[in-house]
Amino acid sequence: MIHFDNVGKRYAGGREALAGVSFHLEEGEMAFLTGHSGAGKSTLLKLVAMLERASYGQVFFNGQNITRIGKRRIPYLRREIGIIFQNYKLLNDRTVFDNVALPLVIAGVPYQEIRRRVRAALDKVGLLDKEKRFPVMLSGGEQQRVGVARAVVNKPPLLLADEPTGNLDPALSAEMMRLFEQFNQVGVTVLIASHDLDLISRMNHRVFTLEQGRMIADGRPVRAR
Amino acid sequence: MRPWSAAYVTGHMQALLHSLGRMAQKPLSSAMTVAVIGIALALPTGLHVILQNLQGVSAGWENTAQMSLFLKQDVPPEAVESLRSRLEDMTEIAAVMYITPRQALEEFRDSSGFGAALDSLRENPLPAVLVVRPRLEFNDPQLLQSLRERMQALPQVDMAQLDMEWIERLFAIMEIGRRGVLILGVLLSLAVLLIVGNTIRLAIQNRREEIEVQKLIGATDAFIRRPFLYYGFWYGLFGAMTAWLLVNVSLALLSGPVSRLSLLYDSARTLSGLGLNASLALMMAGVLLGLLGAWAAVGRNLREIEPE
Repeated sequence: MIHFDNVGKRYAGGREALAGVSFHLEEGEMAFLTGHSGAGKSTLLKLVAMLERASYGQVFFNGQNITRIGKRRIPYLRREIGIIFQNYKLLNDRTVFDNVALPLVIAGVPYQEIRRRVRAALDKVGLLDKEKRFPVMLSGGEQQRVGVARAVVNKPPLLLADEPTGNLDPALSAEMMRLFEQFNQVGVTVLIASHDLDLISRMNHRVFTLEQGRMIADGRPVRAR
Repeated sequence: MRPWSAAYVTGHMQALLHSLGRMAQKPLSSAMTVAVIGIALALPTGLHVILQNLQGVSAGWENTAQMSLFLKQDVPPEAVESLRSRLEDMTEIAAVMYITPRQALEEFRDSSGFGAALDSLRENPLPAVLVVRPRLEFNDPQLLQSLRERMQALPQVDMAQLDMEWIERLFAIMEIGRRGVLILGVLLSLAVLLIVGNTIRLAIQNRREEIEVQKLIGATDAFIRRPFLYYGFWYGLFGAMTAWLLVNVSLALLSGPVSRLSLLYDSARTLSGLGLNASLALMMAGVLLGLLGAWAAVGRNLREIEPE
């Protein structure tokens, strides 16, 4: 699903965010991406989401080389990726329903279909009764679940999450991770950037560890429960 | 989305109504922008209507262009009569009327009020006059001028006078007016472009976050651009409608004094308003300017917004 071949990213000013990173995340896998802040987690996710371009090396997504992909094709590829953000990135002047519906509206899905799928997604994250609320009326955990519903509503094959539990307490974080596992069980590939090592170690998934732009470890957590 | 697929059309309808809804959310600032556009469009439109009316008035005069041939005093009446029939045979000339010195004198006596003074004259000082009415198809300033020169060259003619010079002057003045309206129209159209452009630029900046999120979840540039282009569409359309209203209200206010004035000139002329064609042209111009202004603003400002 995601394949990095000796990928590096140097930002203007000379800072090297990624250096010679290679890995392969198979379809249907669930993995964590960890490391200190500034280790390159966000840069790696941005390269997958085509928000940045690699300085060297090759990036493949779903069998396609997206390293030098044309600007016009990016939106269509992004529709195959559900992205979850630490700060939720919800539109505060729209209801929960409208927020979750946005990817479907963008894709030009007919209204009846939108209704059905938004409700299914909200049901999945347990927020069906809050569809008419505005994001500010919800708790942090609920807002994050709205973000998840929006990411999965058009059934993308890949879910990317950037510190999805960064603003949540341990109980909510565990609940959020269980939600990701559920999506993974129905075949969605999941890649989660997180520095919550405690939480990661309690789950038996593949872990990529970045340090100063280099991938120093790729394997299962040592003390799996 | 494929052009003209159901989803494509639905997407456009959504954007069209969505942008209208956005404008309704801020009625005061939207109304002010619309009013500014309306005034900017109303100025050249109103002047155009006034020019049209002036042209309508003078068009009546243009058709009555005629030439007076003042004959030399020593031309005998028979010679005048034969000249008259010769002139009437010319292709350029529709009719020739012979005014004898006596008729001229009587007419002058009736209309001038100098009756007593004229009676004291021992002989009639007025020359015989042939009034030449050219055919309509020769009713062109240059052709008339050359006809006048040929008439002037006739041995019997003392002076050939084209009763048109002041109309020509009026036309020249109106040509200046037309140019003025054109220049004003271009300048104010530019103003409308800038107003719409700036309004859309602000709208884009206000919705920066939303645009970033849309780009993150796979919105194409066309999708993001669409509601802003429709902003331009609505601003242009509402601006043009405001201009239409302003012009018509102004014409209604002017119509009383104008008909009083035209009564004084013994004519029942009324002010003609914006016709259907001119109204449609105004709406089209408004919409076009709105879209253009939006397009210019959207291209630059959307490119700058990229999600982090």
